[in-house]
Amino acid sequence: MSAALHYALLVMGAPYSRQASHSALRFAQALHAHGHHLDSVFFYHDGVLNGSRLLAPPQDEPHLGHAWRSLADSTGARLQVCVAASLRRGIVDDAEARRYGLEGSSLAEGFELTGLGQLLHANATADRLITFA
Amino acid sequence: MSSLPSLLIIVRHAPQGTRWVAEALDVALLNASFGGETALYFCDDGVTALLDDQARGALDQKGTLNTIKALEMYDIEALYIDPESLDERGLQAQELALQVSPAPLASLLNRYQRSLMF
Repeated sequence: MSAALHYALLVMGAPYSRQASHSALRFAQALHAHGHHLDSVFFYHDGVLNGSRLLAPPQDEPHLGHAWRSLADSTGARLQVCVAASLRRGIVDDAEARRYGLEGSSLAEGFELTGLGQLLHANATADRLITFA
Repeated sequence: MSSLPSLLIIVRHAPQGTRWVAEALDVALLNASFGGETALYFCDDGVTALLDDQARGALDQKGTLNTIKALEMYDIEALYIDPESLDERGLQAQELALQVSPAPLASLLNRYQRSLMF
C-alpha cells in the first residue's frame, strides 16, 4: 500500500436533497479503511445544513447527522461549519443564538462553527482536498 | 498565512438564482486578504456572472457583479474565461462588464497549485 495521505473534505450539498453528503461519508469511510488520515470536513454553501441538530429523517433512511458524528468519533476528523453560510440558513450555535437573540441553537453536537479561513487552512495543509457538491 | 498555495477558483454557475457565485467570491476575497495568489476562471453558465447591467436578482441579495468589478482592488487581477462557454450561449466578449483573458482550463490547472469549483 502507498504512503498514508492527509485528506480534507469540502461538503457543499444539502443533506437528503443531494448525493454529496452520502458520497462524502462513503469516501471518508473508504479513506479510513485504507489507512489514510481524514483531518477535517468543512461544510459550506448548502452543506452547512448537515450540521443541523434537528434532522429527523424517516427511520428507513440513514441519519446523516449521526453518520457524521460517528465518522468524527472513529477518525478524529473535525466537523467545521462555515459561520457566514450557516447564519443565513438557520444553523447557529449557542453563542450566535445569543448574539442574534434567537430562540435556540440548531448546531448539532460534534460540529463547530468556524470561519472560511479554516477551509483555506485545510486546502493549504492537507495532501488532498476533495469537494462534494 | 503567507504560505498559502496559489488558488484557482472555478465558477460554473450563473449569478442569479443560487448563492454559488457569491460564496465563491467570499472564498476568493478571503484567500487574497490572507495574501494568497488568487485567480478566477469563469466557465459554463459562470460566464454570465460577467455580463454587464445586472440588477438585484431573484434572491433579493446584493448582486455579485460589483464585487467582481472590485476584485482588482483586492489584488485579484487574474480573471479568466472559457471562450467556448461564451460562444455556446451566443455571448460576445464586448457584452461583459470587464476584460478577462480567454484561457484553456488545463493550462490554469497546471499553473495554480490548488483549485476549488463552485
